Amino acid sequence: MKETRILMGMPISVEIVDARRGGTTEETRRAATIEATFAHFAHIDETFSTYKDTSEISAINAGRLPRKEWSPEMEVVFALSEETKRATGGYFDIKRPDGTYDPSGLVKGWAIWNAAQLIMKKGFSDFYVDAGGDIQAHGVNGEGDPWSVGIRNPWDIRENVQVIRAAHHEGIATSGTYIRGTHIYDPHTGAAADAIVSLTVIGPNIYEADRFATAAFAMGSDAIRFIGSLPGFEGYMIDAQRTATKTAGWDAYRITDAA
Amino acid sequence: MKSSITKYILGGAVVAIVAGYAIFNANNGANAGSSGLPSSLPSETSSPTAASSTAVAAPTSGQYKDGNYTGSVADAFYGKVQVAVAIKSGRITNVAFPVYPNNPGHTIQESETQLPVLAQEAIAAQSANVNIVSGATQTSQAFQQSLASALAKAQ
Repeated sequence: MKETRILMGMPISVEIVDARRGGTTEETRRAATIEATFAHFAHIDETFSTYKDTSEISAINAGRLPRKEWSPEMEVVFALSEETKRATGGYFDIKRPDGTYDPSGLVKGWAIWNAAQLIMKKGFSDFYVDAGGDIQAHGVNGEGDPWSVGIRNPWDIRENVQVIRAAHHEGIATSGTYIRGTHIYDPHTGAAADAIVSLTVIGPNIYEADRFATAAFAMGSDAIRFIGSLPGFEGYMIDAQRTATKTAGWDAYRITDAA
Repeated sequence: MKSSITKYILGGAVVAIVAGYAIFNANNGANAGSSGLPSSLPSETSSPTAASSTAVAAPTSGQYKDGNYTGSVADAFYGKVQVAVAIKSGRITNVAFPVYPNNPGHTIQESETQLPVLAQEAIAAQSANVNIVSGATQTSQAFQQSLASALAKAQ
């Protein structure tokens, strides 16, 4: 059972397969779990969207909400953002040049990870959550094989330039300059990070993969060395010359093209 | 620089994540929601999502008429993009790209150069089937513009 909805300004897909158990009750349970997963994303959007005047983050940015009235979720996201800023030598920073906060670079992966936790708590083990191309997979697909994930060609969106397998609950995140134009800035210089076109990171889960992909992207061509220095992470970086640079362990995830 | 980054990660990551999740879990406990998430989730009929100036109205289940709908052609910096959606039982079942940027005939030549920890190769199209696609395209403005017009027709 798969469903796609547009939330947080992007298509979000949830697929739950369960070949081992069937029946009408199971079908209903899957549908209810998918519904709850989308409700979770809708709630995250209502809280953290900087595009919504009614969101909590907008109230904070407008100075309308004192810190003692922040939700526990907001406190968690700010704590995780602060930790990520330290872990990336300042390359990840939710504070914008005008002093307002935009935690979307961290919230997305965090929300996907929490969505996966929600689905697991409902007793499902074979599923994935894909929010705008950032993915948390678990278990196996409908054929009983590990989920296969294509890395999109930045210049031809119908094409994949790599196909990898997610056999151990990995999270897979891609940052690119083709998201809303050049959207990632080097907080040290304020300059747009444009040395690389696309960076895909495989991490132990989507929260880890997404936050380090976002931070590394701001480092420009040093991104792949940073990812390579992290234990448990692999990366695939594409530059404007259409050359890919990959970490030493990347090919272990790769499904070899038979063509 | 790099070694200091690594130290930060090894030293700080676990501590802060554990702390963060502890706060989050404490929140869950207080709410005692069966889903493990805050109990104040909004109802299914949420208001439209204004994600950007070219935002797409947030669909909820069952609000669309069945059929296939094709959006307008929108400009992405690398070419033209057009999005088509398939609706079944009022729900989006597929998102496809009838119009996509021309691939300017780059030559594919696998030339792998071994570096100490990194390797390089020219990118090449892969034919293997995939379950999921990772990429940033689906959050581009051009994608959202064309998708919005396709979904407007499905109303």
